[in-house]
Amino acid sequence: MAESGNGNGRPKTELLDELEKGPWPSFVKEIKAASAGNDACNDLLGQLELSYQERKGHWKHGGIVGVLGYGGGVIGRYSDVPEQFPKVAHFHTMRVNQPAGWFYTSEALRTICDVWERHGSGLTNMHGSTGDIILLGTTTEHLEPAFQELTHAGFDLGGSGSAVRTPSCCVGMARCEWACFDSMKLCYDLTRSYQDEMHRPAFPYKFKFKFSACPNDCIASIARADLSVIGTWKDEIQMDEAEVTNYSAAGLDIRKEVCDLCPSKAVDWDGQRLKINNPECVHCMHCINVMPKALRPGKQRGAVILIGAKAPIMQGALLSSVLVPFVAAEELMETLKELVTRIWDFWDEYGTNRERIGELIQRVGLPSFLDGIGLDPAPEMVSAPRDNPFIFFQTTKAGEQ
Amino acid sequence: MSTTPTMPKRLTDVGPPHYEKYLHPMAKANYGKWKYHEVLSPGVLCHVGESGDKLYTVRAATARLMSVQSLRKIAGLADKYSGGYLRFTSRNNIEFLLTEPANIEALKAELFELGFPVGGTKNSISSIVHTQGWIHCHSAATDASGIVKAVMDSLYERFTHQDLPGKLRIALACCVNMCGAVHCSDIAILGIHRTPPLVRSDVLAKQCEIPTLIASCPTGAIRAVPGEAKAVEVIDEQCMYCGNCYTVCPAMQMNNPDNDGLSIWVGGKVSNARTAPAFSKLAVPFLPNNPPRWPEVVEAVVKIVDVYAAHARKYERVGEWIERIGWPRFFQLTGFEFTRHHIDDFKHAGLTYARSTHIRY
Repeated sequence: MAESGNGNGRPKTELLDELEKGPWPSFVKEIKAASAGNDACNDLLGQLELSYQERKGHWKHGGIVGVLGYGGGVIGRYSDVPEQFPKVAHFHTMRVNQPAGWFYTSEALRTICDVWERHGSGLTNMHGSTGDIILLGTTTEHLEPAFQELTHAGFDLGGSGSAVRTPSCCVGMARCEWACFDSMKLCYDLTRSYQDEMHRPAFPYKFKFKFSACPNDCIASIARADLSVIGTWKDEIQMDEAEVTNYSAAGLDIRKEVCDLCPSKAVDWDGQRLKINNPECVHCMHCINVMPKALRPGKQRGAVILIGAKAPIMQGALLSSVLVPFVAAEELMETLKELVTRIWDFWDEYGTNRERIGELIQRVGLPSFLDGIGLDPAPEMVSAPRDNPFIFFQTTKAGEQ
Repeated sequence: MSTTPTMPKRLTDVGPPHYEKYLHPMAKANYGKWKYHEVLSPGVLCHVGESGDKLYTVRAATARLMSVQSLRKIAGLADKYSGGYLRFTSRNNIEFLLTEPANIEALKAELFELGFPVGGTKNSISSIVHTQGWIHCHSAATDASGIVKAVMDSLYERFTHQDLPGKLRIALACCVNMCGAVHCSDIAILGIHRTPPLVRSDVLAKQCEIPTLIASCPTGAIRAVPGEAKAVEVIDEQCMYCGNCYTVCPAMQMNNPDNDGLSIWVGGKVSNARTAPAFSKLAVPFLPNNPPRWPEVVEAVVKIVDVYAAHARKYERVGEWIERIGWPRFFQLTGFEFTRHHIDDFKHAGLTYARSTHIRY
């Protein structure tokens, strides 16, 4: 889409030019680089400069645009000052499902560049907040051709709207010794299983999956995913005693930096030997993070499944909370698929418009939700049992006391 | 406009490419069999496999908003130094995967030359996760990229060095929709509106469904105007400026240059290390939108970082440090004013009221 003409050419951008200065990578330089012979980028600069002058945005509400047969993956975007900036009158975004773990070859990266030079502004986000490759800025007539070039190159669109949003995962087993399950494989397999739910929105609202292979949660799963899968282990932390000694000899104050900071005081150091009271370990990762050569997660690995995280809209932000305290790594795919079917059925039945699963659980209460999806309550699901006496005995399931 | 090459058959629902196609051969060979890793210098990691293989990672910041021109340069660097293999991180950094440690310095020099600094590991400030802002969003209360650029220019050395007490993660969202994990960051910069929506009745009649609009308000602040077929009014005192109504109905205009601005939140985290994941809490309720470099926001963020760096203990994240010293001391050390806005009055508000006599004097 690199033709020129009928646009404004390079606009004056006195305010934005200030953001070319300084040592941090400059997005203004990036837009200017892409604007060589591309009037859409020039008009983007012009409109952005206007926003900087007036201190307000100039994009209109999204419209319904997309590719044939999909209900998502494209964010319609229109300028509210199209007479001034005709080349961004339509400036839609395509969300492209990233490869798991955000791994690329230079060839794959160039393929994306080629498509976006032919069909868009040449601007991208590597990556968007949810994880997609974001291709910023094109017109309606380019959507379908860009989409076909992408699918023939092995890429597909991500999610948008009230649908499964593009799942994402940490680097996992590809380059991390702490991976307690294969986050990339699970992310890839589930993404393929839910293509229809991703491309054709049919839910009350968005639904996000995020897979972190250990409790360090590099993918912010617990803060951002409706369904959070976070790796952990059940047995003893693996220890290499010689390496513990090496850390101590190298000057690590094990008592101060490891034992004193253990949240459940499960680690003890007598100056010679490190002892871990494994049944009291909460699997926080601190000791392992500090001594990666000496300590590793146990061998009986799997994940915790948590549910319900979301940003503030509408009733306030939520963190995910425990739904299944432990699933063995090899059973994760099957367990998740079965669980997700039941969760979506419940959400479909009881969720209101724009109600995330976490807010639905807040509204009906976790006990009713558990009944609805057929899960037994477990003490791991709460930080403490209730402290108020208003128990709804009438809702106790038939046959129970 | 160049033409698309003719496609043999329309393809849909092919899903993402399989990651294995793009995995570095050493990552593939040691998949699930990594033993440990070390941080050799800021931005340089060495992962050691049980096989004894060593994979070196060089991490560099990007602008997140990247031109295809820059991506091609990055692809060129990957060809030259890492066998054509690279990846991106969840914080928009690029990572080159090297088998030859001798190439690290040369790659770092070329990255620096291109304007992509190497760092972001261990106890540094990694790249700011952020949203689109005025570049591409309809509901933005502020820009995103511009503030991030201004803040990181001032915190550049915190990216390229690892001398903070612990990790420090900053995120920015340009409205309360929060397309980023802003609500669980050590420091969160959040764009906010402060005025109720202005109802544009011409747009309302044409583009909005009234019952959906009324139902969209979490506080019930929107009601139909009695006797009028297609009109609504906003009960101003009940509005919390979330913009949810605007998302379902473009007639509910939120933008207001003088009243839109930024708020600063602190002490959130997502990792389970030591303490449980936590939300960020309000530090500064409002700072003005002041492009192009938002000096008030930069000053507030740098202040928090400096006070944290000077007072926190090793490994403490911002929230853990504040938990230890107490919020009164945080406000005293930073000089931020504690106001009525800091006290929660939304749902579950009581959970944040002090319910003990554990007070530090």
